[in-house]
Amino acid sequence: MIESPLAEPATRIKPPMGHDNAWWWQMADEGKLGIQRCAACQTLRHPPRPMCGECRSLEWDTVEASGRGRICSFTILTHPRFPGYSYPLIIILVELEEGTRLTSELIGCDPENVDFDLPVEMLIQQDSDGFKIPVFRLAGHR
Amino acid sequence: MPISLKDEAAIAGIGLTDFTKNSGVSELSLAAQCIVAACDDAGVSPGEIDGLVSYTLDSTDEIEVARAVGASDLTFFSRINYGGGAAVGTIAQAAMAIATGQATTVVCYRAMNGRSGKRMGQGVSGDITSSDLIHWSWYMPYGMLIPGSWIAMIANKYMRKYGVTREDLGRVAISQRNYALANPRAYGYGKPLTMDEYLGKEPIAYPLCLYDFCQETDGGCAILVTSAERARDLRHKPAIIRGVTQASTRGQEQMTSYYRDELESLPEMELAASRVYAMSGLGPDDIDAACLYDAFTSEVIMQLESFGFCERGQGANMVRDGALDIDGRLPNNTHGGLISEAYIHGMNNIAEGVRLVRGESTSQPAKNIEHVLVSSGVGVPTGAVILGTP
Repeated sequence: MIESPLAEPATRIKPPMGHDNAWWWQMADEGKLGIQRCAACQTLRHPPRPMCGECRSLEWDTVEASGRGRICSFTILTHPRFPGYSYPLIIILVELEEGTRLTSELIGCDPENVDFDLPVEMLIQQDSDGFKIPVFRLAGHR
Repeated sequence: MPISLKDEAAIAGIGLTDFTKNSGVSELSLAAQCIVAACDDAGVSPGEIDGLVSYTLDSTDEIEVARAVGASDLTFFSRINYGGGAAVGTIAQAAMAIATGQATTVVCYRAMNGRSGKRMGQGVSGDITSSDLIHWSWYMPYGMLIPGSWIAMIANKYMRKYGVTREDLGRVAISQRNYALANPRAYGYGKPLTMDEYLGKEPIAYPLCLYDFCQETDGGCAILVTSAERARDLRHKPAIIRGVTQASTRGQEQMTSYYRDELESLPEMELAASRVYAMSGLGPDDIDAACLYDAFTSEVIMQLESFGFCERGQGANMVRDGALDIDGRLPNNTHGGLISEAYIHGMNNIAEGVRLVRGESTSQPAKNIEHVLVSSGVGVPTGAVILGTP
């Protein structure tokens, strides 16, 4: 995975780490975008949950997403400006090519250029305190 | 045989504190004041209160309220989760308690220093892990901290699909501000809003701008529920609860139901609609006015479709036709709503529904108002109620 050179102030709100989500952030720390998969019926799910809502199995494993997807929806945040984030802050709902969705940040894009259905690709952003978080950029915009 | 809640209970009293940006008193004080005001409005002694319902977000415990107002022994107390989604839920719980004999005099309340105290959208994090905190952790680390950011993701998608414009959202904001001009309780009292002013604000959470957001308010609002039979003998014309329900649907999250096949509709509101219409035996054509939950302007337009006042994608056309205005098809939020009266988490919209049934709104439509629909929070587990004349 590509490591972004961008460094954010170390004041980003950190996720609480519990049984049901810490593994996802651990995968992010290893440079991977994880998707939870039911071990019984193979249904992919995000956000992760301890039980499969389709077949009620408690058994699950993970797959590593390709990191490619499309913008399902977006918003651009300008106010209020919380420490630890860069504004204008483009938040996107990504539909991954595996079929699950997740919210993330679109970096390196002028707010005027963000639009529905644009292809995006994941990269891992590392904050100055070492925290790593999956973000996206427009596909092909290196 | 299941007990229907149709016509079992009624709202006999509404009570409000002043709405301000800095109350200077505790939330317990606000709660006690609005509850006593609701009792006075109904002509019932606070000493008769035997049931209390509030929001999980409310800081004031039922037993503290009971001591403060000198309530009776309590045989029913309950809390509803999910922010503004709780508003109608409190009424549903009260009606159930009345219909099943758990209590005779239930007061639903919400009191908050919503501007001078804890404001919405300050973020949550920390060492404690609950399912709720883990839910928020998919959004907070990315900077999605304010309700506007969560709703904008849905509003943007909806507006693009159906060609809804900024002007359409502005029409909702201005319609409600026009009502507030006549309401001395309202933030917007004496403060007209023009389309130029509306469009002149920069986005906060694109496509939502300042005037698309509700107020932040210090204040309290209480609703007294008792049996329909008893309510007929009390001080005011009762607002009979014709139908009431809570509603949460598959794929529901709190504000972030982003994983459903379709994002451009409100399935929980459609469920609430089907339930209240079935319970009451009424349909959209029978509804004379509404208080559709309005934390954001876009939510009002979407709910016109959820509750069957128009076809999918036609909500903005209804607004353009003036449907929400005082002489329109569906006068809506005639007190100014959460956007231009006050943000008491939807309880003040229920109070306005009662006023409309009584014929006492500061913007009472000329036409006869027989049935009023009130909804609670949008994008969260929610509910709806139809209030009717006796």
